[in-house]
Formats: sequence, structure tokens, C-alpha cells
Amino acid sequence: MEKTLEEKTSERFLDIMERIKESNKSVTTGIDEKEIKHWVTIYIMGKAYKVPADLTLMQAMEFAGYRFIRGAGCRAGFCGACATIYRKKGEYKLRTALACQTRVEDGMYLVQIPFAPAEKPVYNLDKEGGGLDVVFKHFPEVARCVSCNTCTKACPQTLEVMDCIQAILRGDFKFAAENSFDCIQCGLCSIRCPAEIIHYHLFQMVRRIHGKFGVPPEPNLEKRIKEIEEGKFNEEFEKLLKLSPEELKEIYRKREIKLD
Amino acid sequence: MKIPYYPGCTLKTSAKNLEVSALESAKVLGVELVELPRWNCCGAVFSMATDDLIHQLAPIRNLIRVQEMNEKGIVENENRVVVLCSMCFNTLKRSNMFVKEDKERLEKINNFLSDTEEPYQGNIEVIHFLELLKNDIGFDRVAEKVKKPLKNLKIAPYYGCLLLRPEEIAIDNPQSPKVLENLLEALGATVVDTQFKTRCCGSYQTVNRKELVAELAYDILNQVKISGADCVVTSCPLCMFNLDTRQEEVKKAHPEFKTIPVFYFTQLMALAFDLGESFYRFDLNYVNPKPLLSEKIF
Ligand code: SF4
Ligand code: SF4
Ligand code: FES
Repeated sequence: MEKTLEEKTSERFLDIMERIKESNKSVTTGIDEKEIKHWVTIYIMGKAYKVPADLTLMQAMEFAGYRFIRGAGCRAGFCGACATIYRKKGEYKLRTALACQTRVEDGMYLVQIPFAPAEKPVYNLDKEGGGLDVVFKHFPEVARCVSCNTCTKACPQTLEVMDCIQAILRGDFKFAAENSFDCIQCGLCSIRCPAEIIHYHLFQMVRRIHGKFGVPPEPNLEKRIKEIEEGKFNEEFEKLLKLSPEELKEIYRKREIKLD
Repeated sequence: MKIPYYPGCTLKTSAKNLEVSALESAKVLGVELVELPRWNCCGAVFSMATDDLIHQLAPIRNLIRVQEMNEKGIVENENRVVVLCSMCFNTLKRSNMFVKEDKERLEKINNFLSDTEEPYQGNIEVIHFLELLKNDIGFDRVAEKVKKPLKNLKIAPYYGCLLLRPEEIAIDNPQSPKVLENLLEALGATVVDTQFKTRCCGSYQTVNRKELVAELAYDILNQVKISGADCVVTSCPLCMFNLDTRQEEVKKAHPEFKTIPVFYFTQLMALAFDLGESFYRFDLNYVNPKPLLSEKIF
């Protein structure tokens, strides 16, 4: 008997769901390649590799036989070590990504940027102070920003990178510090910037300046430091230091967590 | 009256005295200058190369922000943006003309910006605060608000170049401008005409040739003194720096030179409106004008 349209659609739906399930199955080393149904072709530094479709860029490169000595760290999107630039087949756009956070797609041309070449300036805020002149002294190139917004588009953390640079130019360190807080120093913005600005080092400096001169000291922190210096916790520390690893584990397991 | 206002970095750093005095004086005149909620550098210097489109991105992006203010209802049907800094005014206005006169350039820039911005329609008009005072508010109205006329003050207006050149963007007659003169008269001051009022102040040469710029300042300021003026008034933060702060170098090169105060026109407006110290910010002027003011006005 001829299947109804409804039946056909629901079969198709089940089939699609099955394929989604399949392609989402995690691939671990040691799995029989025959069991992997969905493959894509990616190009690592120009050479084509067939890799399972459900891997991240980082896993795919490892699948293809690369071993990371540099360019991988936390594998969780926090450390910024795995900066990648790529293009997709048939697309003019040069895209950026974190290799550990991005899934492979068919026809990706990839290259890793484990390190954005830049010197880290050495400064002493105690001596130099935290004025705009100090920032300009260490990062004079910041004044070359042409507001092209390329940095913002490159940022895998979706920060408003250009707005931060522009805020710095007008001495608004608060804005720059707060809005660059999630910068993981991957360097992708700096690699793309036509003005050759080193955003991530600059942002770090500005956050330090803002933390040091821009916000009032936290009273609770001062209170706690005083307590530590006065030896309030010494006794307890000494007790802990004498315990064996097993005893420590036991205490840790039994600890009370107060949620309020 | 609410109108978009573009400050620029200098007004947020070294020229805070220009900004506070202007914003508060505008309020007295019934105008609220509404700062663009988001803005970037004006571009700093207008790029003269016709194919150098990347240097037009900064100014055009700011004009898009003015467009957005209208779309979001922050201002109502106000396609003008008021600028206080002469450099920003010059750059923004020239870039605006540059894209308005050639649709292809505008299209190229819009295409480049299209990832993150709505296209610039080319409808924004860039005006200087002095134009707003002259054309919209009127100097009669300014005169009405004066509480302390600057009557004994003999002032030499100094325009520099950025408000008057190139001719296409000039806010007044480039050879013999009158707008500062008319404003100062409305404030009750005596205007002193000087030979060098549209001469170059040395501009950015001040960064690495400060001795030469000091010589230019020396000539301009001496001319002011010969003409019998007590002080100079300008609208431009760069002119201010070169004529005011550079007097330090002038004194070094010419020990006989006696310093002379330089004001922003907005500081004198705030003074004549009697708005109070915190809106004059004379502490940010290099040459302290207070001795002169206490001798002549108070
Ligand atoms: S701001 Fe730059 S360095 Fe920081 S996360 Fe974004 S792209 Fe990476
Ligand atoms: S990429 Fe560089 S020049 Fe472009 S907006 Fe960002 S900081 Fe400015
Ligand atoms: S490895 Fe740390 S962010 Fe990717």
C-alpha cells in the first residue's frame, strides 16, 4: 500500500533524527572507523584530510595525526591558546575561531595561530602612574586605530574590541577594563588589526590601571588581609598542614557547603 | 531643543574646559547637546588621498551613530550633529562631503561596514557649535542671557585654519570671518582685530618641532599685544595648546616675553552668563587668566 504523505514525513523525520544522533556520537580514539558514518574534508595548512564530522577543530587535527605541543591548553574555551583562522569553501570571509570550541565543517581551510607575535612591555605602575600618557608611552600604536572594527569581528569572545580601544583613546579606562574583562588573550584581534595594535597586552595594562587607581579599595578585602596578617587562621593552617593526604580527602568529602 | 553632539577624544582628556563650559552655556540657551551614546575617533586628520577609503571609516561610522540616534528616538528628526572641536569638525565635515559627492565611495564604505552597521544614507549634516549659536540661537538671544558683560576685556579672536579651510567647509568668510567677533560683542567685550587671526598655529608640528611652533606662537601673540588686546580667544584645542601651553617654550626662547591668557570662546560665554568656576575650569588653561579677570571684570 502506498504510504501517506504524513507517514513519509514522519519516517523522514526519524531518519534525520537518527543521522543527527549518529553524527553527534562522540568519537574517541580507538573507535573502529567503520562505525563512523559522517565524514567531512578539511584542509590543514593546505593538505586535505577526511575527519569525522562531529569533532572540534582541535580533535580533528589530532585525528589527522597532529600532536599539539603548543596551541592547546585548557580545551575548554578559557585559555586562548588555540586561536585558528580559516576560510570556508566558496566564501571570501576570513574567519576566526577557538579550535577547541568550534566544530569542523566540510571544506574548511585551517591554520593555527598558537602565538600572536608581540612583545609584552614592562612597566611599573607604582612608579609611572596610571595616566593616558603612560598608556601611550607603552602602546603608542593605539592612536593609529582607524575604527575599521575588524578586531571586534575577529574576537571569539564577542567582545566589543574596537569600542574598548576607542574608550582608551579618550581616557575612559573604566569602560575598557570592564568590557575587556573576558579577553582570553588569544591574539586574533591583533593579528587582524591593520593598525598593528596589540589589544590583549594593552587591555591587560588598562585593567591593571583601573583596578589600581580607578576603583575604591574593597573594605572586606582589607579586613580579611588584616585578619590574615594578625594570624587569625594560623592555627587552623598548621592543623591542616600536619594531616596526611587521606585525612585531607576525608575532611574535604565531609565539608559542609552552605548556600545562602 | 535636543541635538546630537559629537565630543571627540580631546574634549574628554586635555580640553575638558571646552566641553563643560559649552554644554552648560548651551543649556542656558535652551539647547541640550546630547552626546552620541557610542562614538569613536573622528579620524583625527582628514585623509587627502581619494582612494584611501579606510581612513574614512571612523568619521562615517560616527555619522551612522547620529542616524541611529534618530532611529532610536533619542533625538527627533534632527539630522545635524554639533561638533565643538575644530579638528573633529573639519574631519567629520570633509569626510561627509567626500562620500556625499561620490556615491561609489559611499557604497564601498557601506559594503565594508555592512557586517555590523546599517548603511550611511548620506543625510547627516555636520555643524560647528558656533554655527548653531549664529544661525539657530542668534547672538541677540546670547546677549539676553549675559549677566556679567565682559566690558573691559579687550579680546583678539583667533580662528586658526580648521573652521575656515578649505573654503567648501568654512563656517564663515575664510578671509575675514566675523562669527567669533559677533559672539564676543554679544558678551559685551571689546573686539580687537589682529593681522594673524587666521594664520597657522603650527598644528601637529607641535609634537616633534615644538621650538618652531613656539616661534609661530611668539609672532601671533606679539601681534595680539601690539594690537592692544589683553587676551586671545579660540575655538580649537590644538590652537589652544600651541598658543597657550607652548608659551612655556616661548618664555625659554624669549626671556622678555610676558605670558598672555588664551580662552575658549565657550569659557568666556560661561563667564558672561556667570555660571560659576566649575564651568569655566580655568585651572586647565596653562596661563592663569584669573589675575587679568579680577583686574578687568570683578
Ligand atoms: S580581545 Fe582579542 S585577544 Fe582578547 S579574546 Fe578577543 S580576539 Fe582574543
Ligand atoms: S582592528 Fe585595529 S584599526 Fe581596526 S578598529 Fe580594531 S583596533 Fe582599530
Ligand atoms: S585550548 Fe584553551 S581556549 Fe582552546
